[in-house]
Amino acid sequence: MADVTIEGRVIVPGEAEGELLVSNQPLSFWGGYEHQTGEIIDRRHPLSGQIAKGRILAIPNTVGSSTTTAVLLEAVRAGTAPAAILTTSTDSFLALASIVAAEMYNRPIPIVALTAEQFEKLESGAKVAVRKDGTLLLTSQTRSVSS
Amino acid sequence: MHLSAHDRALLSGDLGPAARMAMSIIVRMAEIQGAPELLDISQAHIDSTIYMGEAGLEFAERLAKLGAKVAVPSSLNVSGLDECHWREWSVPEDWASKAQRQMIAYHSMGCVPTWTCAPYQTSMAPKFGQQIAWGESNAIVFANSVIGARTERYPDLLDICAAITARVPALGLHLTENRAGQLLIRLKDVPLAVQQDDAFYSVLGLLLGRLAGQRIPVIDGLEAVPAEDQLKQLGAAAASTGAVALFHIVGVTPEAPTREAAFQGRAPIEAHVITMQQLRDARRELTTAAGTKLDMVVLGSPHFSLAEFRQLAPLLAGKQRHPDVQFLVTTSRIMRDLAGQAGVLETIEAFGARLTVDTCVLATPMLPKSVKVLMTNSGKYAHYAPGLLSTQMVFGSMADCVESAVHGRVVRDESLWQM
Repeated sequence: MADVTIEGRVIVPGEAEGELLVSNQPLSFWGGYEHQTGEIIDRRHPLSGQIAKGRILAIPNTVGSSTTTAVLLEAVRAGTAPAAILTTSTDSFLALASIVAAEMYNRPIPIVALTAEQFEKLESGAKVAVRKDGTLLLTSQTRSVSS
Repeated sequence: MHLSAHDRALLSGDLGPAARMAMSIIVRMAEIQGAPELLDISQAHIDSTIYMGEAGLEFAERLAKLGAKVAVPSSLNVSGLDECHWREWSVPEDWASKAQRQMIAYHSMGCVPTWTCAPYQTSMAPKFGQQIAWGESNAIVFANSVIGARTERYPDLLDICAAITARVPALGLHLTENRAGQLLIRLKDVPLAVQQDDAFYSVLGLLLGRLAGQRIPVIDGLEAVPAEDQLKQLGAAAASTGAVALFHIVGVTPEAPTREAAFQGRAPIEAHVITMQQLRDARRELTTAAGTKLDMVVLGSPHFSLAEFRQLAPLLAGKQRHPDVQFLVTTSRIMRDLAGQAGVLETIEAFGARLTVDTCVLATPMLPKSVKVLMTNSGKYAHYAPGLLSTQMVFGSMADCVESAVHGRVVRDESLWQM
């Protein structure tokens, strides 16, 4: 049960707390994220079947459809979006969804980019608090629910 | 970040509230991406047309209500509705009315109602070197790679902001130095007959997307001369499994007359070899259905072209589909009209095939629940359908699809893939 602090890079600032859901596989939200439930539905993705709603979703980046942004915006409106998203690169698709969510609903999703080394420290099931300055406070769990 | 006087006028609302909203989104994105300035674009393709729910519709209608008008010629991507034929399918009334409102909103902004994911096969195709802002992953990769126009991977909602302001962050694939190849992909012992087969391009694209991720791959060693629609399938598959926005093929695509040119004289970051075994494995993965049961064949992702209609017609001439297997082709209304004028639609309809225009099976809830197993020649359909439609997929060539529809069960010619 060690606490770990990670200094991430803010893409879209905000605060959130939740349980980590981590994969090193990129994801297309179109065909990969069910915005009515928050389920990961890409049946070839390691997180298939997991519910990302309210969790801190960590993926290296998005791939695939340019509709990813629109799916994430729908999820924000429906209340099924992740509480925050962690990536390894500046992902413009996710950033845009968060900016438009702020514009339309005043509900931006906090997005923080990490280095590859920082990303490797993330583990599904751990509790994480995301701070406005991009700091992550991780509380490791003895029990892992990683898929 | 440097903003021009015109940028600042847009941002301050001098050109209306819609332009102000669009510009504020563009500028925020430019800041996040670290762009030093904005640059002009002269064309756009709007993927935001796809209806999915209230948020996308509210965004479109807010812009429209604010009086948004596009400042450059802008084509429209597939919509969530075939306005003429949706009642023949399982589309709910409520979906139809909202999808249509979204269509009306984007049309009202002065966009051209092309309603296609293959705008590069219409009169709105961009030119070599033209700075454009395109959405729709398959269209982006085609415009950059096959035409040599210049666009970043524009997500939905940003494409329309770019069209309204005619300005985008000056970075990424808009700039020559960022268009150099990064990854060398060599084909090893792939027989010419395989390279000439349509299915090869979907399968290669699937692998390419996985290998490349966000980087620019350069394919070397292709002996066949690929047709436009084969390059379309390659890009669509690569842009499904990866974030590929640009690929080069040495001796084929316009920015790759030589390997040196493709890499702009630099050395590749990585080199990979693609073998027949990898292609066989990737092809197998595109099929998720077990057994030979089949409910429907669906062709046309990206949207079917006139050349593809001409290729399909002789394959099914004089034949009839099996009564238990439906046969659907998805295309644009423009391409359907061209195929009609070319005289190939009679053959296709006589076979028992149906057409859906302006949308596709992934973008509108048209398929009845009884359709559980789909067969396609599209890597993109095969990749996305299991998640979006919860259907099982069978991947085959166009000829395999026709034969399967005739026999009422999956029939695939494996001879090419055993080489």
